[in-house]
Amino acid sequence: MTDALWYFARGSGVVALVLLTVVVALGIGARSGRTAFGLPRFAVSLLHRNAALLAVVFLVLHVVSLLFDPYAQLRLFDVVLPFVGNYRPVWQGLGTLGFDLMVAIVVTSLLRHRIGARAWRAVHWLAYLCWPVALLHGLGTGSDNGTAWLWTVSMICVAVVLAAVAWRLTPNFTRFPHRAERKVAPRLRPLEEVR
Amino acid sequence: MTRLHIDWTACDGRGLCAELLPELLAEDDWGYPMARDGSPSPTVPPALEPNAQRAVDRCPALALHLTREAERPSAPTR
Repeated sequence: MTDALWYFARGSGVVALVLLTVVVALGIGARSGRTAFGLPRFAVSLLHRNAALLAVVFLVLHVVSLLFDPYAQLRLFDVVLPFVGNYRPVWQGLGTLGFDLMVAIVVTSLLRHRIGARAWRAVHWLAYLCWPVALLHGLGTGSDNGTAWLWTVSMICVAVVLAAVAWRLTPNFTRFPHRAERKVAPRLRPLEEVR
Repeated sequence: MTRLHIDWTACDGRGLCAELLPELLAEDDWGYPMARDGSPSPTVPPALEPNAQRAVDRCPALALHLTREAERPSAPTR
């Protein structure tokens, strides 16, 4: 029974990483303003959001199961305070850091209409930090860090995200590449803040 | 009466609103929303309000707002 928690924590962690990879790829894809997989733009955006919320569910399961696991001996503050753990503090700390970033990104997204687009976007950029942190945490910590299957899963995730980022950086990424960049006159910026 | 207000300083022309609210909005040649009735803030009929709310919620640039005005009686005559 005690082993079950440990296996469950490992499994849910990997599922969360795979889901986060899908979320990052969909988020980048949605930014292009294009339809994808026969889905309209709003459906791509909803899929991005719902996959992220599902990733949060698996992340919470991952953390909660480790809280009760007799080997991991995760203390309550290890969940939010990185790099102070008893067990492989650096690799575990990366997980804590990723969790904190994820909480920040999700909470600001849910409160997007209250905090405004600029603050939301600034925090949302942290996704580019959160994902590699989660990946490194998975590769470095736990019992699966040397296994071929975890490396295979991780490398597929890396390939997906790198491909999405590479596409993002191409000049023809957006739907209307020749459209002028949106610029807001400085005197209108205060109005944007109010929005 | 509910109107759909488009904040043009914020709009980035991602095209989600025209998908969610095709009855009121079309896309112009550059992907920006355009009210079908030509008005700057189209009136939202009650039946379309849930869809309009969805468009407001999904806008990636938060450029859409629903404004509700009380139905004003016609101007008094002297």
